[in-house]
Amino acid sequence: MTTTTYPERVRVAPASNAVASDTWWLTGRKLRALSRQPAVLAMGVIQPVIWLFLFGEMFRKVIDIPGFGYQGSYLAYLIPGIVAMNAMSSNMWAGMAMIEEIDRGTLNRFLVTPASRLAIMNASVAEQAVSTTVQTLIIVLLGYAGGAHYPGGALGIAILVLASIEVGVLWGALSNMTGMLLRAREAVIGVYTFFMLPLMFLSTAFIQPGFLPGWMQAIASRNPLNWEVQIGRSALSANPDWSAVAVRCGGLLVLALIAVAISVRTFRSYAKNV
Amino acid sequence: MQSPPAGASPRIPGAAPSRATPPSRAAALATGAIEARGLVKTYPGPGKTRVRALDGLTLGVAKGAIFALVGPNGAGKTTTVKILTTLARPDEGTAAVEGIDVIAAPAQARRAIGVVAQRSGADPAATGRENLILQAHLYGMPTRAARQRADELLDRFQLSEAAGRFVRTYSGGMQRRLDVALGLVHQPRVLFLDEPTTGLDPESRAAMWDEITTLATADQVTVLLTTHYLDEADRLAGRVAIVDRGRVVAEGDPAQLKRDLGVDSLDEVYLRHAGRRYSDATRLAEVAGR
Repeated sequence: MTTTTYPERVRVAPASNAVASDTWWLTGRKLRALSRQPAVLAMGVIQPVIWLFLFGEMFRKVIDIPGFGYQGSYLAYLIPGIVAMNAMSSNMWAGMAMIEEIDRGTLNRFLVTPASRLAIMNASVAEQAVSTTVQTLIIVLLGYAGGAHYPGGALGIAILVLASIEVGVLWGALSNMTGMLLRAREAVIGVYTFFMLPLMFLSTAFIQPGFLPGWMQAIASRNPLNWEVQIGRSALSANPDWSAVAVRCGGLLVLALIAVAISVRTFRSYAKNV
Repeated sequence: MQSPPAGASPRIPGAAPSRATPPSRAAALATGAIEARGLVKTYPGPGKTRVRALDGLTLGVAKGAIFALVGPNGAGKTTTVKILTTLARPDEGTAAVEGIDVIAAPAQARRAIGVVAQRSGADPAATGRENLILQAHLYGMPTRAARQRADELLDRFQLSEAAGRFVRTYSGGMQRRLDVALGLVHQPRVLFLDEPTTGLDPESRAAMWDEITTLATADQVTVLLTTHYLDEADRLAGRVAIVDRGRVVAEGDPAQLKRDLGVDSLDEVYLRHAGRRYSDATRLAEVAGR
């Protein structure tokens, strides 16, 4: 191996842009990996899509129950629920990637550089946002192919995507935190199993709220996953209730920000004592 | 024959470095490339107990030196490296690299040090070049400089041909060379190598040894390495510290250490100081022979 003469010592960008530029480079790494394995993204939506078409077919007649309404299509009714389910379930595996990076030593490699700690977490959030967007759009397209219509148009779909990002980031952050704190894949799976189905069924994802028993309605109205379902369903309809959409979007945003803040704190304390 | 010292005995007189205790913390931080004093680190153990990973470890490394830390598994080598590389904080003690207090000013210290950890850390789903360019960006290099630096290092570590391949397709030796290249992206003045040759074939080991020597001589980088291979420590390091139960139990240049005990291999020195089972066996043999 030959020696090289070094150029003069590297000048370093000031700390204020460090967060932005480090976020950019670290997000680039994640997105490059994602773009090289589009199959992984597609595989992620398989399960929700099976739910969409199986449930859509199995219960197609529920639309005829007086009072159900909704464009006369149960498939169209299901779409916001399936989008919510996908946003939650696919991001609940974020902790697995976190554990992988810890075990492989990649995280420590970043931690011994001057890279911004916040940027390392930002990259994870940005990746979740991008992958959730792509998956939501896949579900919307498949739903359309299956005969669903979106009277809310492009704006409605954009709002649906936004809400799915919020839910994705919320659960991605919580999953990352679980991975960092417990460093066990079983724990990440445990969180998934514990929350996924109860939150799905204690919502209006599958059935109009009026058909739920009172106690379920009470829980559903406080269930953030249900907020996303309601946001999507309203935004995709012909006459969205914008004020309700805004309130629920705001609620999800607050929860997502809290979850990210907690996971950043957890990460900072993790990074001090690896 | 000298009786083998117990595990946590104080340092052998004569093998201890001749540095006098500095008058103040500031002075302690000003000398040498690496200065660690009285490092204590405990981790939660079973029940309410705490395991002492480091128990007052002290070491100093001169600028431009190759310094080897050897010792049994769990002796505290990796914990020491983690503290010196800002990945962990000691419960007690001081540590400085290039005069920078790693506990008080970790961000500053990170610019002065390069780290090659035990576990690779390279991203297997990215190419060798991408790994290097990202690393350069994280040290604040603009894109053009980052690319140039990546190419220089790929060339230096004979990875140019494999530069565009995913790291998961690399052989063990190639991966280790990439790890070292990643640690050198920002031209650190001090390089930490945690078990750099573990798992390498003899040829790759020899190449790594050459590279480490070149770094210290031609590039004047201070190198602190940990290893299980005493021939490696003997061959490469100007000074060796034997760590056992969280303390340095012997330190000196390899020839001196061997002379002190009248033995001809560093393995022997190591076993005398840190080989508990060996110590018991020799003690028994001595008793039996009496």
